[in-house]
Amino acid sequence: MAAIAPASDGIRRLGRVLTGLATIAVTLLGLIALTFFIGRVIPIDPVLAIVGEKATQEAYDKVFYAMGLDKPVWEQFAAYTWQLLCGDFGTSFTTTRPVLTDLLTFFPATLELATLGLLLGIVLGVPAGVVSAYWHDKWPDHLIRVVGLVGYSVPIFWLGLVGLYVFYYRLGWVAGPGQIDVFYVGIVKPITNSILIDSMLRGEWTVFWNAVSHIVLPVSLIGYFSMAYLSRMTRSLMLDQLTKEYVLTARLKGASEIEVVFGHALRNAAIPLVTIIALSYGGLLEGSVLIETVFGWPGIGNYIASSLFRGDINAVLGGTFLVGAIFIVLNQLSDILYTTLDPRTRPARR
Amino acid sequence: MSTMPTHTIARAQVRAAQFKQIKSFCRRFARNPSGMFGFFILVALLFCAAFAPWLATHDPYLPNLSGRLSAPGADYWLGADELGRDIYSRVLYGSRLTLLIVGLVIVTSAPIGLLVGVIAGNFGGWVDTIFMRVTDVFLAVPKLLLALAFVAALGPGIVNAAIAITLTAWPPYARMARAEALAVRNSDYVNAVRLAGASEFHIIVQHIIPMCISSVIVRMTLDMAGIILTAAGLGFIGLGAQPPLPEWGAMISTGRKFIFDQWWVATVPGFAIFIVSLGFNLLGDAIRDLLDPHLKARP
Repeated sequence: MAAIAPASDGIRRLGRVLTGLATIAVTLLGLIALTFFIGRVIPIDPVLAIVGEKATQEAYDKVFYAMGLDKPVWEQFAAYTWQLLCGDFGTSFTTTRPVLTDLLTFFPATLELATLGLLLGIVLGVPAGVVSAYWHDKWPDHLIRVVGLVGYSVPIFWLGLVGLYVFYYRLGWVAGPGQIDVFYVGIVKPITNSILIDSMLRGEWTVFWNAVSHIVLPVSLIGYFSMAYLSRMTRSLMLDQLTKEYVLTARLKGASEIEVVFGHALRNAAIPLVTIIALSYGGLLEGSVLIETVFGWPGIGNYIASSLFRGDINAVLGGTFLVGAIFIVLNQLSDILYTTLDPRTRPARR
Repeated sequence: MSTMPTHTIARAQVRAAQFKQIKSFCRRFARNPSGMFGFFILVALLFCAAFAPWLATHDPYLPNLSGRLSAPGADYWLGADELGRDIYSRVLYGSRLTLLIVGLVIVTSAPIGLLVGVIAGNFGGWVDTIFMRVTDVFLAVPKLLLALAFVAALGPGIVNAAIAITLTAWPPYARMARAEALAVRNSDYVNAVRLAGASEFHIIVQHIIPMCISSVIVRMTLDMAGIILTAAGLGFIGLGAQPPLPEWGAMISTGRKFIFDQWWVATVPGFAIFIVSLGFNLLGDAIRDLLDPHLKARP
């Protein structure tokens, strides 16, 4: 038995990975179908959506055949899927560049914002949730819950505007909208397309600090938003754990409160928490649409929103597909993370 | 002969028991101060929407260029916007649009989700697989972005915004309803009804959907704040209600240009959104605490 066990473990694990990959593939296919549906089926005439009302018959026909609209729907869908898988998201009608190139230029700015915001949210939100659960129904709990409640009741774009008014216009503590002041633009040659990292790598510290003063406000807002969510989740997970019997046992055995809370309860709450954090990262990437619009941040959200107005459907769907795909992969990764972190889902040692 | 009277007596008893339960629910709800506060905000919102013409001091659509961007004061209680329209009156009328969107989305998304979930859970097999895969795809795509893409294809407007939000809001209901349906579809009482010859349709409508209702109501109240925020976000980007409709998100969007010098134009409608979504969140939390069958089971 013992000799067979590792092999069957390996097969089981391989099977699990394959199932995971299959799920990703099916969901991605569904996402492609969804964007196809939005782009081709909902608009009454997708060609008119591209060429506009006043196009000549010639231009109309050209686009009509280029889009393959003369072929049956399933063939169109197959061609569309193949294109997307090859990384061809079509051409943006406003920038006249391939959508994928555009997305890759704008993506680092969004990533910067979402990552820093999430880090801030974790640093503030998880301890807040722990405190809230530990002093359940006492004043720290009430305070943190009210702060959290305000966080997910407030329209984030409005808070951004108020923040700009107070901290930029009134107090002058932070820099205004945009990623960087105009006269610093172009000083740093792009390496990763993220201004913070690039200016650090190039040793351009004035540019770096300028970029920091621009990013502080949007990051704090996203951080506040994710803190509100994470503290609520941490609180309910910790409340679950702290009422379990093993906590009582640990206390009876004389473990210190710090040991009980952080060493025992938080460790158990951490497993679902990691998946929640991974999922909220995807949510932040999406939530940045509004924040980027407010702050004129040259990220993917801003790109999608401004493409919407120019009727640039390729850019909109490309952006939706990219963020959706990231979302799906994060989703699946968090599942895998869950199974690797949770010792109960590991095969028993023999 | 005696079956009829006992039947009616049983029915009367059931009704009395239901009435008692509702009364106890109200009593417990009244003891929850934050829930009452949320309820109060909701009532105030309904009041504003119903009596907007009487409460308003100005016509919300009538421009008055001599008073454009005037500061809050005796004439314009909360200031005037870039066309000299009274912001206070516009916010009052905007409450109707907010209620319209929330109402449209809730009325459509909850039944759609409920139906999909119950059918999937009740029939199982390939029906379940297909329905749940579709649900998963919708769940996997970020909500606001999907709504944006839908509106981009449908064209901007308040009804299209509501449709787009509905299309992104139904999947959680489907998940929930499926879980409930799976739990009860093989329970004894459902099997008893099935043996007695009830059709699947009858079972779904009479016996499975009622079991989902309380979770659906909880989810609905918790969702409302999110719907308001999404609708306002769409309005802010310019894809929701179109001018001159006094939709709160769109009002913030126009006020954005004046944020530094005339802060009230953007701030006031945002505050209205905040208060209303806070109210729905408080109400939703309170109702969940009282109604959620999964929470009740816990000590």
